[in-house]
Amino acid sequence: MTTLLKELRERFPEQVCSVEESVPGQFTVLLNGPDATAIARHLLTGRQARLATVFAEDRVSAEGVFYNYYLFDRPGDPAWVLLKAPIPAGHPSFPSLAAELPGVNWAEREIQDWFGLEAAGHPNPRRVALHDNWPDVHPLRKDFPLDTVLPPFEGERHVYRPAHGEGVFHIPVGPVHAGIIEPGHFDFAVAGEPILYLQLRMFYTHKGTEKLFERLPIPRAVFLAESISGDSAFSHATAFCQAIERAAEIEVPARAQFLRTILLELERIANHISDAGAIANDVGFMIANAHAGRVREMVLRLCETLTGSRVLRGMVAIGGVRRDWQRTQVEAIEKTLEVVEHEFRDLVAIIRSSNSTRDRLERTGILRPEKASMLGIVGVAGRASGVDLDVRRDHPYEVYRHLTFSVPVYQAGDVRHRLLVRIDEVSESIQIIRATVAHLPDGPHCAPAQPIPPGRCALSAVEGWRGEIIHWVRTGDGNRLERCKVKDPSINNWPAIVEAVEGNIVADFPVINKSFNLSYSGTDR
Amino acid sequence: MFKILQKTFKVGVATADYPGIAPQLAEQFRGCPEFDFDAWSDARPAAEACPTGAIAFRDRDGVRLVTVDYGRCIFCGECEAASAASAVQASAVQASATQINPVRMSQNFELAAADRRDLVLTAEYTLHPDGRHAELKSATSGPSAEEPGKRIEAAIHNLLGRSLSIRQVDAGSCNGCEQEIVALNNPVHDIERFGIHFVASPRHADMLLVTGPVTRNMELALRKTWAATPDPKVVVAVGACGISGGIFGTNYASLGGVDAVIPVDVYVPGCPPRPEALLYGILLALGQVRQRPGSLSRR
Ligand code: SF4
Ligand code: SF4
Repeated sequence: MTTLLKELRERFPEQVCSVEESVPGQFTVLLNGPDATAIARHLLTGRQARLATVFAEDRVSAEGVFYNYYLFDRPGDPAWVLLKAPIPAGHPSFPSLAAELPGVNWAEREIQDWFGLEAAGHPNPRRVALHDNWPDVHPLRKDFPLDTVLPPFEGERHVYRPAHGEGVFHIPVGPVHAGIIEPGHFDFAVAGEPILYLQLRMFYTHKGTEKLFERLPIPRAVFLAESISGDSAFSHATAFCQAIERAAEIEVPARAQFLRTILLELERIANHISDAGAIANDVGFMIANAHAGRVREMVLRLCETLTGSRVLRGMVAIGGVRRDWQRTQVEAIEKTLEVVEHEFRDLVAIIRSSNSTRDRLERTGILRPEKASMLGIVGVAGRASGVDLDVRRDHPYEVYRHLTFSVPVYQAGDVRHRLLVRIDEVSESIQIIRATVAHLPDGPHCAPAQPIPPGRCALSAVEGWRGEIIHWVRTGDGNRLERCKVKDPSINNWPAIVEAVEGNIVADFPVINKSFNLSYSGTDR
Repeated sequence: MFKILQKTFKVGVATADYPGIAPQLAEQFRGCPEFDFDAWSDARPAAEACPTGAIAFRDRDGVRLVTVDYGRCIFCGECEAASAASAVQASAVQASATQINPVRMSQNFELAAADRRDLVLTAEYTLHPDGRHAELKSATSGPSAEEPGKRIEAAIHNLLGRSLSIRQVDAGSCNGCEQEIVALNNPVHDIERFGIHFVASPRHADMLLVTGPVTRNMELALRKTWAATPDPKVVVAVGACGISGGIFGTNYASLGGVDAVIPVDVYVPGCPPRPEALLYGILLALGQVRQRPGSLSRR
């Protein structure tokens, strides 16, 4: 990493103001202006780096500027590089990267909407987060109060890209869908059966989460982190706590790290099992789904035994976890896992036994590896399409640095392989938990509570069951935050669905969608 | 196919029998907090710790009005912990023996209520100069479990032989509530044994099961779904967010609870409410509507 940073200084002496290791393993490269394109290009093509996310911050009253942050990592290097590009308040504009890097399409438009900073040269600069019926406001600016009362909603005004040609028509779906799922709008352009293209409209569930993080006292904000995406409550809250712990240099006791690791893996197991059932269900294999639902219940009961909550709420805390475990609780882990392992094997056998299921899943919804890496796809969806990323291995946290486990990666990128990644991962997770339980140390389960010093910045990444979760915080006065950026893996992965459905029939959309199973709330916040 | 049959026979009946028999709860399960208002010497630490403002107080003329709103509660246990910590401090000063925490997490989850006000407890105290409670002047109790219990029996009775169709609407939730609503349909909770089905269209629905908070961007869709549902219809608001906006409250993007937008018949507390709590609320709503057929025209 040091050679890379030296290289950046030498190659871009005009642009790089300073480099500092703000937190161990996190390097902040301060630029002298809003233009990050040359350095970003160098990192991406010259150094095979990956741009994980782009976000902004309003520092106008404190420093007279906005900042854009570009977060990079490189294969084989656990360090993070954060380019920090000041944008003058008087000229709120920055050069867009979206034309050459489609993965930042939405992220840059979010910056436009939240902060009113123009992504100059963006190929499709329309609103994305604020719907077209919103007045001209920029909610993450500091001069926009959280409680602003906006004029009432007057109806949709969004214009979808029209489809032309003989026999080509649109099928609009949403925002309220047929099943028990979250709201979003899908506009399919179809020619007969096959889907020509899909346009998405998200942010229906936007509830001011990042702004709200700036108001709550930090200990209470942990509960808000649990509510970013309910199916990943523990992973998001852990990511949040880790960011605060790094910013405030809080040492998390070993026992707490072990407990967190076990619970992170249980969250993965519970969700992968229900996804396996739901994927089978969407191709008409209801019995498999019923079995999956039953096995999942076993995991949720274990979660309740370990945390008091079936969905792992109210457990993680700044500095560790809220409650320690008795011997009987630890024994419950071993007992339940034994049954779950066995039952899950049966479930997989049931799914595998059905040739018609295999037919429906194979070669359906293909996301090719070149596309996946170009679009910046992460998590399960990425690994099924050759993108070999896993935060647990690449930027280890909690106990993962001491564990050996394998990361399943396939190239085929169809629904079936997204299912296979999950199946493999359930087995890996069970082994991870067993190894963690076997070495569970004694000692405190939480560091003593302490006030969080102001003016500290840190980021944290967690491999949630869906993929890479990132939180970035700047602490403020009075045990509060100045900013909390939340990146759910769903934000990276929506373009993957758009890509994967092309040429498939509309009837296969549900199972393709389910094989990604993205979080609308995590996207919309 | 043989494998499947084999599996189905081996497993047998997986379904839990709630509400016929009490649900199997882990010993560690956290339901709602319960309050010994007589023994509570200071509400401030609990209110300070409460992440959602479910516990709040107002001091005026030497009198403190404490409110506890189960419609905001996320069952986190922070009030119990904060209260215990302050009781320990106080007892060290007074050198008193064992002090029992006046705020304790219970295993009660059957909190659904038809009247939003039933979810709010209040207690009034005169104060010591240091801000601690001197004397309890008055207190209201929470939702009584007895009466709804009977109503639920009536609801199940009413349901026999017919079916109920539910349309679920996510009006902005974090998806945590949806997780438990999905679980209602698994073989363990098996809501279909009551003849209750989830349907795809509001036009076929008797009941809307709505999670929140209602976001600005979902308000119109929720209104339209409600309008498309034929009368008589029942609306059940799910979770702290569906009742009050929960941890999100109201802000530039959130309108708060479901009843800010459409009329609500039953409120189901929790974050998320466990499947049995949802079932309890749904059955309560049925009893409600059978007992008081005029409940919708009221509004
Ligand atoms: S359990 Fe309920 S009342 Fe107690 S602190 Fe948590 S949210 Fe507040
Ligand atoms: S009540 Fe809890 S689980 Fe339900 S939507 Fe709100 S935060 Fe999520």
